[in-house]
Amino acid sequence: MMDMVSFKGIVFIAEAIVAIVASVLMVTRKNPIHSALWMIVTFFAMSVIYLLLDAQFIAVAQIMVYAGAIMMLILFVIMLVQVEEGEKGDHWIAGRSKKTKIAGVLITVILFGQLLLGALFFRMTGQSGDHPAALVDAVGNVKAVGLLLYGQYLFPFEIASILLLVGIVGAVVIAKRKE
Amino acid sequence: MLQEIPPGLCFILSGILFMIGAIGVIIRRNVIVVFMCIELMLNAVNLVFIAASGALSSMDGSVFVFFIMTVAAVEAAVGMAIFVMVFRLYHTINADEMNLLKG
Repeated sequence: MMDMVSFKGIVFIAEAIVAIVASVLMVTRKNPIHSALWMIVTFFAMSVIYLLLDAQFIAVAQIMVYAGAIMMLILFVIMLVQVEEGEKGDHWIAGRSKKTKIAGVLITVILFGQLLLGALFFRMTGQSGDHPAALVDAVGNVKAVGLLLYGQYLFPFEIASILLLVGIVGAVVIAKRKE
Repeated sequence: MLQEIPPGLCFILSGILFMIGAIGVIIRRNVIVVFMCIELMLNAVNLVFIAASGALSSMDGSVFVFFIMTVAAVEAAVGMAIFVMVFRLYHTINADEMNLLKG
């Protein structure tokens, strides 16, 4: 790796550590509300990393969609669902059989090895796009994304809106109390 | 001029986050925590999209991440509705006790 003693590098390392620690805590906390709050910390750290990678639109959308909408929904459902169960969550490792633990360790090691190999020995293939950083900076990231979304990707964009509509109707129909 | 982040570092971070999410899906029994781990895995994939499109000086990564976020939001809405309904029926959201399909 090249020398990481730059401002961006230091911020990246710090945010990466925050994201990893928060996601580990998210998986290992017993209380699902604590898990959800650690998940929000992870989302904020990822958002800072998106900013470092010059994706301002995605960074803001990350905060608004994930940390705002989705996590609020999850927190509400946790409070709705776990009224009787209270603090009694499931511990992440206690009470698992030995077979489960061995399988978990195996899957962890294999998956980690595969991902590390892929990340270390990747070769950047594919064509270079026509949005170099200097050009995007001249128009602004949001405008560049918007031009693509409403130009080249207009049809998928419309389908995404139909998907959202179907999701709204589906959620209401599923959660409705039957009389 | 600020130095750019090498994409390999982003891929490693994304791999670690994806792995943590996958382990969470495997070991947790609370369905909502499993769902949060799936969201974490989606986020790790988003990071790869952004890093790769930045390294290839393309903008398509941002558009794809936008669509992934849309799908994640819809998935969250429908999933939470399903969890509420399951809780109403069985009074639990433990994944081990949802075994209606087991013969």
